Amino acid sequence: MNERLYDVAIIGAGVSGCAVAREVSRLRLDACVVEAEGDVCCGTTKANSAIVHAGFDAAEGTLMARLNVEGNALFGELSRELDFAFDQIGSLVVCTSEEGRPALEELRDRGVRNGVPGLRIVERDELERMEPNISDAAICALFAPTAGICDPFGLNVALAENAAENGVEFIFDAPVTGVSKSEGVWELCTAQGPIRARVVVNAGGVHADELHNMVSEQKMEIVARRGEYELLDTTAGTHVRHTVFMLPNEMGKGVLVTPTIHGNLLVGPTADDIDDKDDTRTTAAGLRAVVQKSALTVKNIPFRETVTSFSGLRAHQSAHEFIIEEVADAPGFVDCAGIESPGLTASPAIGRMVAGIVRRILSPEERRDFQPQRKGFANLNHIPADEWNELIKEDPAYGTIVCRCCRVSEAQIRDACRRVPGARSLDGVKSRTGACMGRCQAGFCTPRILEILCEEIPDMDMEHASKCGPGSEYVVGKIKGSLEGGGQRA
Amino acid sequence: MLSYDIVIVGGGSAGLSAAVAAHDAGTGSILVLEREPRLGGILNQCIHNGFGLHSFKEELTGPEYAARYIQMADDRKIERMLSTTVLDVSPKLVVTAVSAEQGVFQIEARAVILAMGCRERPRGALNIAGCRPAGVYTAGCAQKLVNIDGWLPGREVVILGSGDIGLIMARRLTLEGAHVQCVAELMPYSGGLRRNIVQCLDDFDIPLLLSHTVVGIEGKKRVEAITLAQVGESLRPIPGTEKRYSCDTLLLSVGLLPENELSRQASVELSPVTRGPLVDESLETSVDGIFACGNVLHVHDLVDFVSEEAAHAGRKAAEYVQAGQERRPRREDELEVRVSGGVRYTVPSRISPSSMDERLVLRLRVGQVFEDCYLSVYAGEKRIVHRRRQVVAPGEMQEITLRRSQLEGLEPGSHLHVLVEGE
Repeated sequence: MNERLYDVAIIGAGVSGCAVAREVSRLRLDACVVEAEGDVCCGTTKANSAIVHAGFDAAEGTLMARLNVEGNALFGELSRELDFAFDQIGSLVVCTSEEGRPALEELRDRGVRNGVPGLRIVERDELERMEPNISDAAICALFAPTAGICDPFGLNVALAENAAENGVEFIFDAPVTGVSKSEGVWELCTAQGPIRARVVVNAGGVHADELHNMVSEQKMEIVARRGEYELLDTTAGTHVRHTVFMLPNEMGKGVLVTPTIHGNLLVGPTADDIDDKDDTRTTAAGLRAVVQKSALTVKNIPFRETVTSFSGLRAHQSAHEFIIEEVADAPGFVDCAGIESPGLTASPAIGRMVAGIVRRILSPEERRDFQPQRKGFANLNHIPADEWNELIKEDPAYGTIVCRCCRVSEAQIRDACRRVPGARSLDGVKSRTGACMGRCQAGFCTPRILEILCEEIPDMDMEHASKCGPGSEYVVGKIKGSLEGGGQRA
Repeated sequence: MLSYDIVIVGGGSAGLSAAVAAHDAGTGSILVLEREPRLGGILNQCIHNGFGLHSFKEELTGPEYAARYIQMADDRKIERMLSTTVLDVSPKLVVTAVSAEQGVFQIEARAVILAMGCRERPRGALNIAGCRPAGVYTAGCAQKLVNIDGWLPGREVVILGSGDIGLIMARRLTLEGAHVQCVAELMPYSGGLRRNIVQCLDDFDIPLLLSHTVVGIEGKKRVEAITLAQVGESLRPIPGTEKRYSCDTLLLSVGLLPENELSRQASVELSPVTRGPLVDESLETSVDGIFACGNVLHVHDLVDFVSEEAAHAGRKAAEYVQAGQERRPRREDELEVRVSGGVRYTVPSRISPSSMDERLVLRLRVGQVFEDCYLSVYAGEKRIVHRRRQVVAPGEMQEITLRRSQLEGLEPGSHLHVLVEGE
């Protein structure tokens, strides 16, 4: 039983929850993050387009529009402060018929009203120079120079590490099954025992409605809207140079084609509302649709170079609006719900906004010793030889490459395990270091990474080493006749 | 900067054989770069037998076969750097590598032999729909877990793809007490060697389901079931033929791809068919002084032929270095090797009769199964090779030996034509 009374308990260690945690850690408050899974970045943040949107999509005057533009403007500085990858490559919304032009112009005007800088419509000639592989049907496009791509895992991990360094506690494997309040204190019923807090922040992603509905009479509904993607090898990573969208429709922004921050080409997503909020399967029909729809904006996509496909769930709220407020009939319970696209972009602004609400409720002092900087993981792909040699001098394991496809060394994998909150599974290593994301899709490096996990993590052994926590173990036991303690045969 | 006559990228079966042959052809300074802590490459995890029948007239296991070549390299005191990853090979033959011991460093070479081997196609390359749980392994990854690390990856297993590693792992997992429910193969024929189907599936009553593929994977954390469906002639699943198999493991043995990232960086021209370098009769690539052999050139079935091909590359690289400044310019008598009639590719794909040895082995694969047929080579209008074959299949590489005398005196700009004929 955790006897501690926290000032703030944040439910959910996705990008919203961790952005809130980091902002709250600027204040003299006892805070914790309560996460159902065994690591940060296991839900919506893990599987999305990783786009930092410019902010012309959301309707004028909405919270979504405001936080999108604010978040976008904060990204550059945040990426330097927290040392995660962000590249402002710009985006294009492609129009393929004169009938579509008014809608494109409306999008531009809306963007201008939302405060998006630098928007302009580029005609075919210029568009072709910007994107040689643009569809032959494209006649013009809306160019947004402030749009970008980022490492969503890197951002999520960076926020969490920085929050932890500034005193926020992380409690994993703690799905919240009940929320109650007595004598002004909230109590979360979790698999790790009850957790008590004066303020609760609900950043539960696709499950945020279930948490909200435990405390409020005003019911909320979040629909899991699944999006399927195909990820192509880095050999296809320069097929487009900007994020290329189609004209948006009622289900969202449609299928986009974009380079990723890791140098791959990403194509997707579809949009299908589903019942099971944990069902991240891909479907044959969905993947076919990705291929078909992407051809509307970009030609000759080399799908032969696909290295993996995946799907993610958007936390779609029926009014298509972020809900960030203290719940009217549940004082001290703050929703941070309906965070679908552009939620990743908005996350820095969401963190600030929620922290503002917490500040108003608890009136805390600022922490004078807040440490805003965080050092990211080494990236050996773009490092000058002399800098790499400096790293190797300090730790020779930087010279031992474990993931050959993405050039990740043993040292980075050990670093991932040693940080707080650190990697506890192969997926944890992957999201922090980028290992396993390449063309062999972990075929070569899985056994070695599992060994390193066992060496680095107390009480970890091969039979418990997993992809993403209990239930996802890689091996079922030793082979026949093997000796205790290893693979030596009798 | 370090400097060697020949730098060999990869210390597996190809790299070692090339090193030994280059040494025996008189090259003094040879360096083998290997990313693993030991030489031998993938042979180290291939603990089954069947290796060396051609090279040594003996039946060896993979590690035994590797040990023979490691011994030969040791006897010749061939230099090697282990746990060393090559980062770049430049068109000017500067090799950049990294290791814990030496950091990032560069080596100047007079010739480079690419011998990086191949990798397995992952699930994503097939675009199998479904969940993404633990328990989906490439066959080679499972083989490493079992044979090197001593761990059993699962108990109820379905294997997709009848490539040789998949067949070998069906037997291996069965011997370790796992239950292999079936091996499914997309094509109407197996991609593996006939002997492996007999020895690894038939002998253990493991069914081989031809014209089948995986259409679904279930399980949020670990594989719980997979769904197989029959495919039609278009290789698309036939609705209504789906069958669900409860299992905890899906092994993929769905093809190997030459690992040519370094070749690409070196501006080596690659074949869209093999996805390995295009080479001439000396196994030299489109970049002067860069040679290629083994599975990085094109995927082989038998290590014996890898060794043979790599030895050829080693000898030719040695000749290239020895020729030095007197090196011949690009040859005017070069013949392009064209393929049709069921032949997918040949290695080499261009031959200069004046530069070739007395005999040259042309290796090739066909795209489908042919029975009672002929492998033919035409030089212009003239048929110079006509070899009867009872059966040729995509899973078994074919060899044709050409003699120099057959190719001499052809018009410049003419070509060779390789095809399968009915009579």
